[in-house]
Amino acid sequence: MIRPKLATVWLDGCSGCHMSLLDIDERLLTITERADLVYSPLVDNKIFPDDVDVVLVEGAVSTDEDLKRVTMVRKRSKTLVAFGDCALTTNVPGMRNAIDGGAAEPLYARAYGENVTAVVNGVVRPTHDVPHHLPRTLPVHKVVEVDVFLPGCPPSADVIFDALVALLDGKKPELPVGTHFGG
Amino acid sequence: MTVHTLTIDGVERAGVEGQTVLEVARESGVEIPTLCHLDGLCDVGACRLCVVEVKGSSKLLPSCATAVAEGMEVTTDSKRLTAYRRTIIEMLFAERNHVCAVCVANNHCELQARAADLGLTHIELDTVNPALDVDASHERFAIDHNRCIMCTRCVRVCDEVEGAHTWDVMGRGLDARVVTDLGMPWGESTTCTGCGKCVQVCPTGAIFEKGRPIATTKVTRPYLPYLKTNSQEVSA
Amino acid sequence: MTDLVTTDGVPGAREADVDKPVRRSRRMTGPQVVGHARATAAVCQAAGCLSAQSDQVFEEITAQLIADGVTDVAVKRVGCLGLCAAGPLVEVPETGELFRQVSPDDVSDLVTRLKDAKPVETKPALEPFFSRQHRVVLENCGKVDPENIDDYVSRKGYRGLTRAVTELTPQQVIDEISKSGLRGRGGAGYPTGLKWATVAKQPSGEKYVVCNADEGDPGAFMDRSVLESDPYRVLEGMAIAAYAVGASHGYVYCRAEYPLAVQRLKAAIHRAEKAGYLGAAIAQSTFKFTVELRLGAGAFVCGEETALIASIQGGRGTPVPRPPFPAASGLRGKPTLINNVESFASVPVILREGGEAYAQVGVGKSRGTKVFALAGRIVNGGLIEVPLGIKLRDVIFDIGGGVPDGRKFKAVQTGGPSGGCIPEDLLDMSVDYESLLAAGSFMGSGGMIVMDDTSCMVDVARYFMDFCREESCGKCVPCRVGTTELHMMLTKITEGRATLADLVQLESVAAMVRDTSLCGLGQGAPNPVFSTLRYFRDEYLAHIVDHVCPAGVCALSGGESVA
Repeated sequence: MIRPKLATVWLDGCSGCHMSLLDIDERLLTITERADLVYSPLVDNKIFPDDVDVVLVEGAVSTDEDLKRVTMVRKRSKTLVAFGDCALTTNVPGMRNAIDGGAAEPLYARAYGENVTAVVNGVVRPTHDVPHHLPRTLPVHKVVEVDVFLPGCPPSADVIFDALVALLDGKKPELPVGTHFGG
Repeated sequence: MTVHTLTIDGVERAGVEGQTVLEVARESGVEIPTLCHLDGLCDVGACRLCVVEVKGSSKLLPSCATAVAEGMEVTTDSKRLTAYRRTIIEMLFAERNHVCAVCVANNHCELQARAADLGLTHIELDTVNPALDVDASHERFAIDHNRCIMCTRCVRVCDEVEGAHTWDVMGRGLDARVVTDLGMPWGESTTCTGCGKCVQVCPTGAIFEKGRPIATTKVTRPYLPYLKTNSQEVSA
Repeated sequence: MTDLVTTDGVPGAREADVDKPVRRSRRMTGPQVVGHARATAAVCQAAGCLSAQSDQVFEEITAQLIADGVTDVAVKRVGCLGLCAAGPLVEVPETGELFRQVSPDDVSDLVTRLKDAKPVETKPALEPFFSRQHRVVLENCGKVDPENIDDYVSRKGYRGLTRAVTELTPQQVIDEISKSGLRGRGGAGYPTGLKWATVAKQPSGEKYVVCNADEGDPGAFMDRSVLESDPYRVLEGMAIAAYAVGASHGYVYCRAEYPLAVQRLKAAIHRAEKAGYLGAAIAQSTFKFTVELRLGAGAFVCGEETALIASIQGGRGTPVPRPPFPAASGLRGKPTLINNVESFASVPVILREGGEAYAQVGVGKSRGTKVFALAGRIVNGGLIEVPLGIKLRDVIFDIGGGVPDGRKFKAVQTGGPSGGCIPEDLLDMSVDYESLLAAGSFMGSGGMIVMDDTSCMVDVARYFMDFCREESCGKCVPCRVGTTELHMMLTKITEGRATLADLVQLESVAAMVRDTSLCGLGQGAPNPVFSTLRYFRDEYLAHIVDHVCPAGVCALSGGESVA
């Protein structure tokens, strides 16, 4: 029997949703019995395969890199799950949207200027291999089509497990009553 | 005392003259979601979450501000009403900067709870993300306008119960804000008695006591036993 | 036409004995006329012409006539002459001539003409702008000096009030109004007689009559013109209403952006009191009625009656849920009759000539006449009054003179921000409450904005949504946030960033705002979206699918979805 391919992606988020995924503890074995985890920050595969069945996308879309990745992920996946509040509402990464309309410059000034005392190798602001911020941080569904929304900061381990089981059975998961934003 | 017979969702109910549809519905165990309503304060019909269909009326009516009448036929739940209510909540999330994860009222917030009740999983509308102030000039309390939903409970409790009328509303449209003393910083207010009723009635984390999560504020400072407090409302 | 000249032949001279000193020095009088005036220069002094210096035209003509020693030509200040687009206007009623765009720098031709003007028996045929109109509310506009009460009385002013209080019972007055078929001219079209009867039926005690003069629709200036041109008519209508419903005190709630209307109303209230048409013992009866003026502070929503009441009471001008309706519980919790300027201005004629006479004109359930302000892409922009039931085409092409510069007519917007756009196919429809509603528009207070093929209908919808967003009071969520969201969606479309899914969202949010908003502002705000979608959906699709603005108005950026 061919097992469904499961992937997880980490965009602009704190990885808390992935931590919550690990919190399903021994039930991880149930998941890995029923699916192949083909791509994830938790595993070593470097290439996102072409034919993923279910992908969990954590994090908001903040940079051109995020945008490129989520677009690629969407193309290569059957069911895309927006995983956690950052993906759904932009949450904390989206707080910059209220500062100067989301402009990146004030963030850079704060992060690499005002808050910095150490200068490494004479470079104050990194310029190489750093993704560029989009004009605004966006939730995943404003960029690509999303099939399933899993709210929570992070979604609880039980919600994640039940959702995964349903998804791997090819069903649309039903969220328990009271599932909400925040934690 | 005149008693009116009406039907709510097809079931006959009795209400006393002057009672609102919301009161009679809740007495009968029919739950209609609300945000700006709070038992004990005058109703303003502002959040529109409690709108219901009344037979013979082409318009949806706010159940909190609609008096019962003989023979009234009320529908409190329908596909259309649920969709509209969800959009109202969505609009509130889109309007200002509600970040539940880092909010002092996380898990003790009526906006968050209503969103969950209505199965809101994401915000389809484009968000406005305005740059808003936090006024922490008061010694004990603070207001974060990012989290305010303009329910005006603070305005009403301050006026109707405390009698201070420190709070009021300034500006219009999206620029409307609750203000203290004609827009002075809260800490400079000469009318604020520091009673904290506004903190108690705020449905979100907009008005809060400094240094305390909302949960402990509610548990240790039961100021208004005759008003439903935030946390009771949420757990209900 | 002698009744056009004041009884003593000295227009404006009456000012001195009644007016406050501060204004006496400002207001120049016309030349001294000996005996009967042979001709009169009626110089429009309504806001449109005044903004083109018609006050200086008045002074210049007067100065030249005095300098030339002319003593048999009167110069007179009058209200709106109607053809605002061609101002400053000067009419010579004796000869039926209308001088347009009279410059204060060059009145010599006009003065020469005045010197040998003689009253004529047969006046030149009127152009359609005037001949197709039917003037009832505007019967005195451009004929009387708006600040002169004698002038008003000389044109049958206060006969309606006198008849009401001396010959009729309040119930008979209401019956006359009911018979006339008059409906609210503020826009909603609620039967005026029924409204009066409801207030009259409330237990006696303190009641109020309120005149809603908070006209605020973009492109609408009917009420302003009536107040500026014939303020006594409105006060007379209010007094008749007060007698009918049992009120003894009234308010005119006028927007502060109408300084001239406010000034003329103030003067009119003052003089009407002096003349015994306001105050105690009106028309020598036991009926008393006083009127106070209240100024709006620039909020469109204060035209909504519950917000207006809140504002009069000194509170924040925000609406409250109805019921209870103001007729039962309004100003200070008392029964309150609220009608708009034009409704009240229609009342004196009804009482003077009888309700049945008034109802002779009109169609179906829409009786009488309606004043419209023609604006936008139209040759004869201005103030007009037409019988209800007239064809929309006749209003725009006969009276309005059609679209200028050889462009093609596209749509006419009626009903203000709550109204809709009516396309060319429907131009043969009748102008009445029901037909406009059926066409997805609204009678509204009477603004008519004509658009040609240089207008983008999506951009028009966006303009009106921007207006509503700006004017929302912020009390209820659907209006406060919904109008902003709808505006954002429309902007997205005009910028070429929208998808077909956005169009679906636009329609569903528009329906939600219409159905859940607290007051008429929010409930009506999506109307321009609905009507433009109904008649011009292809323009929406052109923006979304083809990234093209057919009218060439919108600057589209292309299919970029990430902003």
